[in-house]
Amino acid sequence: MNLTCAFEIGEAVNHKKVSAVEVAESALARIEAVDSALRAFITVERERVLARAGEVDRRVASGESGMPLAGVPVAVKDNICTRNLRTTCGSRILESYIPPYSATAIERLERAGAVVIGKANCDEFAMGSSTENSAFQVTRNPYDLGRVAGGSSGGSAVAVASGMATLALGSETGGSVRQPASFCSVLGLKPTYGRISRYGLVAFASSLDNIGPIATNPRDMALLLSVIAGRDEHDSTSAPVPVPEYTAQVGMSVRGMRLGIPKEYFGEGLDPEVRSIIEAALSNAKSLGCELKEVSLPHTAYAIADYYIIAPAEASSNLARYDAVRYGFRVPDPQDLSEMYKRSRSIGFGAEVKRRIMIGTYALSSGYYEAYYGRAMRVRTLIKRDFEKAFETVDALLTPVSPTPAFKIGEKVDDPLAMYLSDIYTVTANLAGIPALSLPCGFAAEGLPVGLQIIGNQFQEGTVLRFAEAYFRGFPVTSPKLKV
Amino acid sequence: MSISRADVLKIAELAKLHFSDEELVAFTAQFQRILDYVEQLKQVNIEGIEPTSHVSLAQGFERFIFREDEVKPSLPVEESLANAPDPGEGHFRVPKVL
Repeated sequence: MNLTCAFEIGEAVNHKKVSAVEVAESALARIEAVDSALRAFITVERERVLARAGEVDRRVASGESGMPLAGVPVAVKDNICTRNLRTTCGSRILESYIPPYSATAIERLERAGAVVIGKANCDEFAMGSSTENSAFQVTRNPYDLGRVAGGSSGGSAVAVASGMATLALGSETGGSVRQPASFCSVLGLKPTYGRISRYGLVAFASSLDNIGPIATNPRDMALLLSVIAGRDEHDSTSAPVPVPEYTAQVGMSVRGMRLGIPKEYFGEGLDPEVRSIIEAALSNAKSLGCELKEVSLPHTAYAIADYYIIAPAEASSNLARYDAVRYGFRVPDPQDLSEMYKRSRSIGFGAEVKRRIMIGTYALSSGYYEAYYGRAMRVRTLIKRDFEKAFETVDALLTPVSPTPAFKIGEKVDDPLAMYLSDIYTVTANLAGIPALSLPCGFAAEGLPVGLQIIGNQFQEGTVLRFAEAYFRGFPVTSPKLKV
Repeated sequence: MSISRADVLKIAELAKLHFSDEELVAFTAQFQRILDYVEQLKQVNIEGIEPTSHVSLAQGFERFIFREDEVKPSLPVEESLANAPDPGEGHFRVPKVL
């Protein structure tokens, strides 16, 4: 069975042309066949998946409506809580954590008939850009098994790219859905901050975190977003902004749409091949009837430095909860409380998580707070204003997602700063709180995918998806064969 | 800003983390590189610029939206303790504090 389109699966299951159990069996068979090579999943509980699919079939049989995702297999990043299903965050410290509740996004997916097929690998606590920081396994890129999947939502992107799931949820703090989506030739959306409830998303940096959906086409993305978006009383930062009919918006014309090309995203460091693929995409956009104009976002160069103060500062506070008391790993026979905290955390957390907790603790410590965190919050205001000014004259912005295609496994693990710089074009949207999508737009000479980034104004996901659909229909990308 | 081994040890104490001697050497060097990189923020003129701690506040919400303070059902004790490393008698057990 072809698992690429959620709309088709939902319709077929609702019309009883195929059962949710048959769809689940196809997905499980695909996982069985290819995941030993890709390592996208941390946990797949076969019996549970089939039982959930069976429930969907019974709901369909009893005449229940309002299940647009009936039987659709969804991979869920392992930092999103699923009731009674292990949720590790890719960390030893949560290796055996079984959440007593599900994230709101999961509740909404299941209400719409979707079936959680498994928990997807990620960098530990979503801290990383390659999924190499998982405590359990390295996920491989399906277009080149020697290369990274991107990260931190690498498992989610690979699951969809390789047909093990039709949709996926990842999470974004600084590009963690868009960059792996770009590396694996799928769509990845970072929504407006507050668009999707964060309840049940394990906290990393609360002012930047978002749940981000992954799909193979813009219509599925619109459908998935419309299911999980909206106000949730369990998340005080979820926005009381009505959820528009995204699926209706995607078919609308893009003629006359004003697109800004920020010159700072095409400077030094951009791989020449990625540049030429993106430039070709820009002329394609023009031929769709869009109006292109150069714009400037002058504080772009400071975004990575700004992010690497703000995100670790918030992380150092959020990750203080791992105290080995209420849940999580505890060392055996600690002498006293202080030793219990220190040794449990030092063994339970991996190197990158410890590095960020340390940077954050330093940035917030007495005597340094104003110089680091205080200054970073002000620079964040300037980055946000750059976008506000640009959106006075354009409807959306087009940029590359990442300066290079997928890099080799091991290439950047010993150089944290080089790893951080692979997010240079994506962290800006997190700092500004605005939506941005990674859309597949071509392949580099070695057969590696390249993504086009479409950045929209606050709550303008509909505009972003409308352009994506027009581009997707107008300029279909021919993919090389997967390596699995 | 130059970072010393003593600085790293002090921050580790605040963060409740422990590093071996070998880890400390590698870590201090990486820490220094990252701090050198973020130094560039000092080039930005931030005079008169308000801080953004959270984007929701700038999205036209006056404040975060809290629910009414009404008692609602909560997790049963057994479920709350199910993930605890050392539960006992309906509580979380920890090493002796006093």
